[in-house]
Amino acid sequence: MTDKLKVEALSAWFGNNPALYDINIAMPEKSVTAIIGPSGCGKSTFVRCLNRLHEEVPGASSRGIVLLDGEDVYSPGVDPVLLRRRMGMIFQKPNPFPTMSIAQNVVAGILLERRMSKSEVEESAEKYLKLAALWDEVKDKLHKPGMSLSGGQQQRLCIARALAVEPEVLLADEPASALDPISTAKVEELFMDLKERYTIIVVTHNMQQAARISDKTAFFLTGKLVEYDATAKIFTNPSRKETEDYVTGRFG
Amino acid sequence: MAGSIKRSGKFDIERAFRGGTAALALSVLVLGAIIVYELFSSSGPAFDRFGFGFITSRDWDPVSELYGALPFIWGTFYTSILALVIALPLSLGIAVFLTELAPVWLRGPIGFMVELLAAIPSLVYGLWGLFVLAPIMQEHIQPFLAQYDYLPFFKGYPLGLGIMTASVIVAIMILPTISSISREVMYTVPETQREGGLALGMTRWEVVSKVVIPYSRSGILGGVILGFGRALGETMAVTMVIGNTPQITMSLFDPGYTIASVLANEFAEATEKVHLSVLVELGLILFVISILMNSAAKLLLWRMNRYGSGSGS
Ligand SMILES: Nc1ncnc2c1ncn2[C@@H]1O[C@H](COP(=O)(O)OP(=O)(O)OP(=O)(O)O)[C@@H](O)[C@H]1O
Ligand SMILES: [Mg+2]
Repeated sequence: MTDKLKVEALSAWFGNNPALYDINIAMPEKSVTAIIGPSGCGKSTFVRCLNRLHEEVPGASSRGIVLLDGEDVYSPGVDPVLLRRRMGMIFQKPNPFPTMSIAQNVVAGILLERRMSKSEVEESAEKYLKLAALWDEVKDKLHKPGMSLSGGQQQRLCIARALAVEPEVLLADEPASALDPISTAKVEELFMDLKERYTIIVVTHNMQQAARISDKTAFFLTGKLVEYDATAKIFTNPSRKETEDYVTGRFG
Repeated sequence: MAGSIKRSGKFDIERAFRGGTAALALSVLVLGAIIVYELFSSSGPAFDRFGFGFITSRDWDPVSELYGALPFIWGTFYTSILALVIALPLSLGIAVFLTELAPVWLRGPIGFMVELLAAIPSLVYGLWGLFVLAPIMQEHIQPFLAQYDYLPFFKGYPLGLGIMTASVIVAIMILPTISSISREVMYTVPETQREGGLALGMTRWEVVSKVVIPYSRSGILGGVILGFGRALGETMAVTMVIGNTPQITMSLFDPGYTIASVLANEFAEATEKVHLSVLVELGLILFVISILMNSAAKLLLWRMNRYGSGSGS
């Protein structure tokens, strides 16, 4: 399989404090990669470097190469706005736009690129809400505010919003950590389905989740990539002691 | 030995405190009621004589006892709305710059300067308007705008003193109110909202216009209401630059008059009973306008919040 994303010698800082040290990793196309590691080890920083959201934090900086389909996203001619349209992102806390209706939330990204008629809006909303497994729950209230949904529904709304711009890569930073088990299961199922079309990178604290949904798993520790391998290998027979301690729960 | 849990002495400080603060709060209501009563009773003679025709009449000649409120109501609304039209985009621009764009070290100083504008006394604005802004208006800006005299706003002779200068002065005076409130509410927009927009591929400008401002709209509206209220009642500076001519005109070059200005100008010399009563009735009208504006805004806020908005204020 070809590599959709290839990261070479990526380091990142907040002010003078390093958060990532020299990361080298490659994600194959149409696969799910899980990022695991203890709190503060740099997982979020890592995914935020991929879509160049990291640099929006005042004082934050990074160095290194991130190749998307072989093209360095940090090369001078790249417009981060266009880059981000090719990489959808889902956040830990659902963040629908509160002044927009459910349908408007879904198409918010599409509307950045072109005008849409009312019927197009509804068509797109239906398409992506179905994809995000939310359609049945909201089909009668598409024009109600997005905030009127439950947390789990809001998260799936945000997933629909991210999918609607037809990205190639989906970055998800603990997408299910605020969700109940049923919503979590739905989101997991969704990722497994979406893998057919997207390259997915998902940060998670949930070992079972990582084991269930991912093809490959990367273990981060204090800003360094300790081990990266097939998920089955990481969870059954890791090569590094730190990884084993972490996945078996012996880590402090 | 266990201490007694009985109150020592007769004095219950808890109750005294509650009673005292309640009395203070009530006194505000009482004061309001007294003011309204005074306004009504003192404007009685004028109302008996002119009835509701007072509001729609355009003549104002105290010598021949002709009194009409319309030019003043017009002038008050016209200058206030113009001031708002000028001040709102500027204020939003300042607030957006301070919260979204300015480097952190610049935010404090600029914010402070803007708030300093609010500390300048009205009289100083009036003097500045009279001696600095009005001549500039007359010599440079209005002659330029006069090219567009096919528009009703730019007709007539550039006088300097008039509705335009008054509106600009009032705009500067309400700018700190609107911009500092807008800035505060924009600060409360969660970072996750902005990042949600950025991650979707929004530009900075799109994040501001599609995420930050909609999220803070009810708070911004609150600032607009406060600013508008201040514009309606602004007296000193307006009186000094508006030209004090009771007429209804669209042209921004023409002099006008506002309710607050006519009160300031004529109250001291109003010896006739009717004249005095008429002025009080004008005061009552200003009071009612302010209340109506506030209620309309409350209604709007309520409807907006029901539809769903980020910051409820
Ligand atoms: N906005 C910020 N400013 C300064 N330092 C930050 C900021 N965000 C994160 N850091 C620091 O960078 C390091 C990596 O943080 P990061 O958020 O990437 O960790 P994480 O692995 O995502 O943790 P968690 O599992 O808790 O989400 C931490 O040491 C953290 O303190
Ligand atoms: Mg994180």
